[in-house]
Amino acid sequence: MSVNYIPRRFDIVRDNERCVQCGCCVRQCSNECHYFAEGGKIVLADASACVACHRCVDLCPTSALSIQKHVCDYRENANWAPQYQQEICRQAQTGGVLLSGMGTPKPYPIYWDKMLLNASQVTNPSIDPLREPMEIRTILGRKPRQLEVDAAGNPLGEMPPQIILETPIIFSAMSFGSISLNAQKSLAMAAKNLGTLFNTGEGGLHPDLSDYTDYAVVQVASGRFGVHKDYLENARMIEIKIGQGAKPGIGGHLPGEKVNVEVSNARMIPEGSDAISPAPHHDIYSIEDLRQLIWSLKQATQGKKPVSVKIAAVHNVAAIVSGCARAGADIIAIDGFRGGTGAAPTRIRDNVGIPIELALAAADARLRDEGIRSEVSLLAAGSFRCSADIVKAIALGADACYCASAPLIAMGCHMCQTCHTGKCNWGIATQRPELTKRLNPDIMHERVENLIHAWNHEIKEMMGGMGINSIDSLRGNRLMLRGIGLSEKELQILGIKHAGE
Amino acid sequence: MKRVYAKEELCLNCRLCEVYCKTAHSHSKDIVTAYKKEEPAPSARLRVSGDNHLSVAINCRHCENPKCVEACITGAMTKDKATGIVYVNESKCIGCMSCLAVCPFGCIQTGSFAVKCDLCRETGEPACVKNCPNRALVYTALGGEQE
Amino acid sequence: MLREGEVRIPSGCAIAAIIDKKGGMINGAEIIKSIALMHDRSNGLGGGFAAYGIYPEHKDEYAFHIFYDTAAAKEACEEFLFKHFNIDVAERIPTRKIAAISKSPDIWRYFGKPNRVRMKNARLDEGEYVMQCVTKVNASYEGAYIFSSGKNMGCFKAVGYPEDVGEFYMLDTYNAYLWTAHGRFPTNTPGWWGGAHPFSLLDWSIVHNGEISSYDANRRYIEQFGYKCTMQTDTEVITYLFDHLMRHHGLPTKVAADVLTAPEWTEIDRMEPEKREYFTRLRAIYSGALVNGPFSVILGSNKGLLAINDRLKLRSLTAATKGNRAYFASEESAIRIICPEPEKVWSVSGADPVFVPLEIAQEEGE
Repeated sequence: MSVNYIPRRFDIVRDNERCVQCGCCVRQCSNECHYFAEGGKIVLADASACVACHRCVDLCPTSALSIQKHVCDYRENANWAPQYQQEICRQAQTGGVLLSGMGTPKPYPIYWDKMLLNASQVTNPSIDPLREPMEIRTILGRKPRQLEVDAAGNPLGEMPPQIILETPIIFSAMSFGSISLNAQKSLAMAAKNLGTLFNTGEGGLHPDLSDYTDYAVVQVASGRFGVHKDYLENARMIEIKIGQGAKPGIGGHLPGEKVNVEVSNARMIPEGSDAISPAPHHDIYSIEDLRQLIWSLKQATQGKKPVSVKIAAVHNVAAIVSGCARAGADIIAIDGFRGGTGAAPTRIRDNVGIPIELALAAADARLRDEGIRSEVSLLAAGSFRCSADIVKAIALGADACYCASAPLIAMGCHMCQTCHTGKCNWGIATQRPELTKRLNPDIMHERVENLIHAWNHEIKEMMGGMGINSIDSLRGNRLMLRGIGLSEKELQILGIKHAGE
Repeated sequence: MKRVYAKEELCLNCRLCEVYCKTAHSHSKDIVTAYKKEEPAPSARLRVSGDNHLSVAINCRHCENPKCVEACITGAMTKDKATGIVYVNESKCIGCMSCLAVCPFGCIQTGSFAVKCDLCRETGEPACVKNCPNRALVYTALGGEQE
Repeated sequence: MLREGEVRIPSGCAIAAIIDKKGGMINGAEIIKSIALMHDRSNGLGGGFAAYGIYPEHKDEYAFHIFYDTAAAKEACEEFLFKHFNIDVAERIPTRKIAAISKSPDIWRYFGKPNRVRMKNARLDEGEYVMQCVTKVNASYEGAYIFSSGKNMGCFKAVGYPEDVGEFYMLDTYNAYLWTAHGRFPTNTPGWWGGAHPFSLLDWSIVHNGEISSYDANRRYIEQFGYKCTMQTDTEVITYLFDHLMRHHGLPTKVAADVLTAPEWTEIDRMEPEKREYFTRLRAIYSGALVNGPFSVILGSNKGLLAINDRLKLRSLTAATKGNRAYFASEESAIRIICPEPEKVWSVSGADPVFVPLEIAQEEGE
C-alpha cells in the first residue's frame, strides 16, 4: 500500500441508534464511502473519498448521518497552511495541474456584502409591491441612439432584435457535457416558464431541447463545438464566449470519458475524444477580428439574433467592454472571478481576474463616459448568491444577471467542488446514466422556478422600499447604494458614497 | 382505477419506498422503531429490483381479475368492489400461500400470513409514492377512473 | 454646510401655472395669488416664477438672469459673457426692498445674441452653444450663477416664500401669456438662491413637486450626452431630459412626455399592436429616461405648457380650463381662488400628460 500523505477531509458520523441499515447511503454514494459489512447486517463508512456532497445525509430516512470536518492538526504555520502542503503532496503524487470545480472558495472581498441599499422615508413614499404594479421586465439587445418618429409621433424604421425578459435573472452558460442533459433540460423548462433564458455553453444543443430554443442562448466558443447554421438559428441569442470568470485566459477541457454518444452528437466530435477548447479563438487575435465574427454570425442569421460577447473580468475590463460595444456586440456579459466552472485549474481559478462588482462598475462608467451605455446591454456574471446581490448589481449598472450556481444549488448541488470528477451524486455535473437519472427535470424545473419567483418577489420588495416601481429606474441608480467599510479608492471605482454621506 | 406505476428511468435504487412502506405498515409508524423494535417485524409490501444502473419498484398491479383472489382458499384475499384494491383480510388468512404461487408478478410475500400491497387503503395515499425522492413512482389511473 | 449642487437635497413643494393659449396677457399678481394660497406647502426656503412673453422688445435675444455673490464674480462672468455674446442691454433686475427677503445677491439681466464667429468656430448650433456657455459659467465661475437663459422669457427666484419672492421682483409689473410658480419645502438646505425653482435652461423652465427615486438613473443617463447635473436636483435632470429628447432627438412634446411617464407594461401589453410597438420601443430605447417615484411637473416653454404626473399618482396635480386659459396647481383651491368657476376641472393622471400648446407659437418641427 502506498502512503497517502494527505489526511481525509471529512468524517462520516453515523448515529447507530437511528441507522436502520436500509443501505440507501450505500447505494447512493458514487464515491463508495458507505458499505455493508457482516454480510449485510451493518453499514459502515470509509470517509477517505467523502466530498461532503450530503447525498447520503439528505436521503437518509432516519437522519442518522452527518458529515464533519475531519480534524488532523498540523504544526501551526501561518505561511504553510495545510492546504498548500496537501496540494503539494497531491502534485507530488500525480505530476499534474490541480483541478477544481465551482467558483473560488478563497476569502477575497465580496463587495456585495459591503454595499447597502436605500429605502424611502417621509420625503417620498415607498411602494407596496403587493398593491401596486412593480416592473422587473428587462429588455436586452442593441438599442438605436434615438427613437425615430414621424410628425404624428409614429415610430419609423426597424428595431434591432430585442429580447424581452420577465426577470432580470438569466441562467449562465453550462454546457451539456459539463452538466447532464437532465440538468440542462430543467433549466430550459424553467427559463421557458419564467420568461427568461438558459445558455447552452459550448456544448451544442441537444435535440431533446428543441421545445426550448426560443429561450436558448447558444454559445460560440473557441472550440466551436456544435456550431452550425441550425444551431445558430435555433436560439434566441448567440453568445461569443471569449472568456470565463473562473478561468480567464484559458480554454476548456472536457475529458474523453465524459464524451458519450449523446455528448459527441451534440458537440459534433468523435465519441470518447477529449473536447479541448483553445485558450483564444484562433480567428480572433484582436478586436477587429471580433467585429468580423460578430458580423458573420449576424449574417448567418439574417440579423435576427442579438449577439452577445462574454468576457472574463480582467484588469482593463472597461476598455475591453467598450471595444466589444464598438465592435458590434449587442450585449456584453462580464464574468467576475468568483464565477463558477465545471473544471478549472485551481491556480487560475483562485488567482486570475477581478471581482464582478468592480468590473461592472468600471465598465458601466466607461460606457457612459463614451455616451454609448444606453445602446448596449450589460450582463453581469460571477456569483450572485441572493436577490440583494442582483439588486445591487443592477443599481451599479447591469441590465441583467447571469446566475448558475444558485439554480444548481436549487437542483441539489452542495458546492462540494468536485464537478471535474464526473461523479456528481446529484446528477448535475456528470454523464453517468445511473447518476444523471437522479435529477428528474419534472421536479427540478419547479424548484428552479420557485427560487427565481422568490427572488423576483424580493427584488420587487427592495425596489418598492426605494420608491421605485420599474427596474429601468434602478439600473445604474448608484445613489441607492452606500459603501460600508470601503476605502476611498474602492468607493471611487464603485461610484458610490459611503454610508452616512 | 388508480395504481402505482414505476418509472424505471427515474428509479434511483435508493429503496426508500421499501423503508416507508414498511413503516406505513408498522404499528408505531416510526421508522427506527419499526425496524429495530417491533415484533413481529413489519415488512415492505413492494420490492425494488435491480441495481444502480437499472432498478424498478415492483408492486401489486391490483389486477382486474386477480389470480390471488381466485386461488385463496379462505376468502381472505379480497378485491374491494368500490376501490378495486386487492388486500388480505388478516383475520381470515391461514398463510397457505396459494396466492403467492399464482401471482404472475411475484408481488406477494410470505410471513405468518400473506403480505401484499394494499395501496395504503387506510390513509388514501401510498407511502411509497409520497416518499419517492425522484417521483419515480406515480399513483394514477392511466386509463381513467373506470379502467 | 454643503449647498445645493454639492449635496442632493430632498424637498416637497407647491406648484402652479397659468397659460393663455391665444397669447393673451396675464398679470403676475394672478399667479402670486394662486401660489400664495398654498403657503403651507413651502417653508420659506425657496420660491420662484417663470414668465413667458415678458420681453417682447427683445424677443429675438437671449435674456440671461444672473446672480452674483461678489463684484469679482460679476467682472469675471461679464468678461466671459461679453466675449461669447453680443450684449445689447445689461441692467440690474428691478427689485423692491421687503422685510421678508434679505441677503440678496446682486441680480442682473442681459439681452444679447451669440457671437456668431465664436459660435461658428465652436461648430455648434445656437441652442447647444448657449447651453454650453451657461453650463460653463455655472460650473466654473464661482459666485456667478445664470438662472435664466431663454428668449422672451425670464425666471425669477429667491430664498423666501413665493408670494414674497413675487413682491420682491415686482412681478405685478410684468405681463405674460404663461406663468409657472413654485414654493419649496426643502428638508435640509442653508437656502441658496440658485437652488430655488423654477429651474430653467434656454426656453425651458420646470417647476416640480416631488422627489424622484429614479434621480441617479436619470442623471447618469443624461450625463452621457454632455449634460452636467451640477445642481443635483430633480428639476435640473428633468429639464435636461426634455431638452435632450426634444432638441437633440427632435421628438414632439407628446413623445417626450411619453418617455418620462411611460405606461406600465401591463397596460402596454393590452394595447393595440401599433401602440404596443410604439411604447415597447420607447421604453426599450429610453429606459434610462423613465422618471420614477412621486412627481408632478410643469414644463414651460415658448411652445406651450406640459403637465405630467407620476405613474402611481403619488403627487397631487389639478388642472382646469376656462376660455383660452388653462390652470394648473398642486391643490384645486389654488386654481379656484383666481378662477372661481372653471369650465372643466380634473386631476392630471400619470398615464395622460396634458399639453397645452401656445397657438401663437410656430408649429412644432418648423
